[in-house]
Amino acid sequence: MRIPIAALIGLIFTGAYFLAAIFAGLLAPYGMAEIVGDVWEPASAEHWLGTDSIGRDLLSRMIWGGQTTIFVATAATILSFTLGSILGFIAAVRGGWVDQLLSRGVDLMMSIPSLISALVVLSVMPVTLPVLILVMGLLDATRVFRLSRAVAVDIAVMDYVEAARLRGEKQTWIIFREILPNALSPLVAEMGLRFIFSVLFISTLSFLGLGVQPPLADWGGIVKENKEGIVYGIPAALIPAVAIATLAISVNLVADWVLNRTTSLKGGRGG
Amino acid sequence: MHPILKLLVQRIALGLLLLLAASVLIFVGTTVLPGDVAQNILGQGATPQALENLRQQLGMNDPAHVRYFNWLGGVLQGDLGTALTNGQDIATSMGQRLGNTLFLAFWAAVVSVPLAIGLGLIAVRYRNRWPDKVISTITLATVSVPEFLLGYIAIFILSVQFRALPSLAMINESMSLGEQLYAISLPVLVLVLTVLGHMMRMTRAAILNVMQSAYIETAELKGLAPFTIIYRHAFPNAIAPVVNVVMLNLAYLVVGVVVVEVVFVYPGMGQYLVDHVAKRDVPVVQACGLVFAAVYIGMNIIADVVSILANPRLRHPK
Repeated sequence: MRIPIAALIGLIFTGAYFLAAIFAGLLAPYGMAEIVGDVWEPASAEHWLGTDSIGRDLLSRMIWGGQTTIFVATAATILSFTLGSILGFIAAVRGGWVDQLLSRGVDLMMSIPSLISALVVLSVMPVTLPVLILVMGLLDATRVFRLSRAVAVDIAVMDYVEAARLRGEKQTWIIFREILPNALSPLVAEMGLRFIFSVLFISTLSFLGLGVQPPLADWGGIVKENKEGIVYGIPAALIPAVAIATLAISVNLVADWVLNRTTSLKGGRGG
Repeated sequence: MHPILKLLVQRIALGLLLLLAASVLIFVGTTVLPGDVAQNILGQGATPQALENLRQQLGMNDPAHVRYFNWLGGVLQGDLGTALTNGQDIATSMGQRLGNTLFLAFWAAVVSVPLAIGLGLIAVRYRNRWPDKVISTITLATVSVPEFLLGYIAIFILSVQFRALPSLAMINESMSLGEQLYAISLPVLVLVLTVLGHMMRMTRAAILNVMQSAYIETAELKGLAPFTIIYRHAFPNAIAPVVNVVMLNLAYLVVGVVVVEVVFVYPGMGQYLVDHVAKRDVPVVQACGLVFAAVYIGMNIIADVVSILANPRLRHPK
């Protein structure tokens, strides 16, 4: 199997970000909230990216912030996929009123833009990491539900599913042993896109001051903390843009590759 | 009744029903969630007396459905309630801001829609050649950066380095239209960049889909120029999906406005909503949430209505 060059670059960058997030404690030259210098020092040998609005090392903030951002986004993605795909498969397999109830409920949730729903809920809930993950995961599960239901409806009418039904397999067997393996590839590609969406979403919430709370670092929060510097020509607030954009593009490249690979599999030729 | 009229009435009725259900959802989201709302608003250090007063003020001692119908009844009569933080009438403070937000979204739409369709057409004409690839790469880059960061990048380059455009979008009624447009030029630019990518990609996909039909091949074989084929044969058949794409992105625009307003300190609905979420001012949040949901659902209804009207198969029923 040859991996195309674009996908390889994507894999390397994505892997690097995840490794940096996992080993943040070893990589970061200074502590997360440690004040080590002057306000907004320019880049130097001691501080590769300079320092932030209260004199913390920006590179360390970015690494610790990446850990928080990637952790929250990953947890939200796992939650939305587990919930969304299981409910989607159940809706497709059961049909009838179960399907109607779930699908109309999802329609309703999607009739309000997710940022607005999140803001409405966060106005009465305490803003902590578990609450953020829960809110983002639930809102995102609606989109996963739509995709997995659509994929599973196509699979549920296949002969091998019929055969499994006739031999008297239980619903859990049909969902996990017959449908899940065949629906996996489009879901994996979608997972990449959902993960990126979660990264953008948590960054936006933190930027608005309603996401990750200080002194914990995260990419959106770093923009918020350093935005006053922009008008003086200090680009500290723009550094997270580079991190978010490269992560988003590299995950996109991997997702494209996974999707292309599976469409050629369906054709039965090449691949 | 003409079948198309019936279809339209059904669609609009469904939309109104959805809006009603959305209002229930917003109300449930802010009041029936686990945890004591009054406690969350006032924090851990609140005295029992203060908690009791706030509960009284919010009407928390009534059962949930009574509060919901009181609130809905007020909304239907144009009474959105009063803000907890400053005691002002929400409808009055919202009016001007809603106008400002729609002003911003309107100009972003005026710029982005023709631009997206034009770029989509060019990308289809030069498919898989360099103009298509350049457009795709740039739009992929703009959708990979969140709106607020695009905003700060624009401020950093255009108003700090080149000092060409204002970094704060302050507008008021005494300014002329030209001055107002100059003031909102940067937020409009950022909003255009955020929706352009999606809109252009979906336009490209919709036209490409049409380009694969047999009648396009006929037109090619009889020797029409590529652009003539696109605008005379492909575009009319792609109108319905393209309009759908445009309306969905305009709906998104109204949401993207929330973040962009905060970046440019623009006196609109988004700023109002975010400020009051941070202050935990529940009545304001409910009212703003409802207005945003109404605009969003309204845009989606218009998208469906236009695609019904643009579909010739539905216009001439058998």
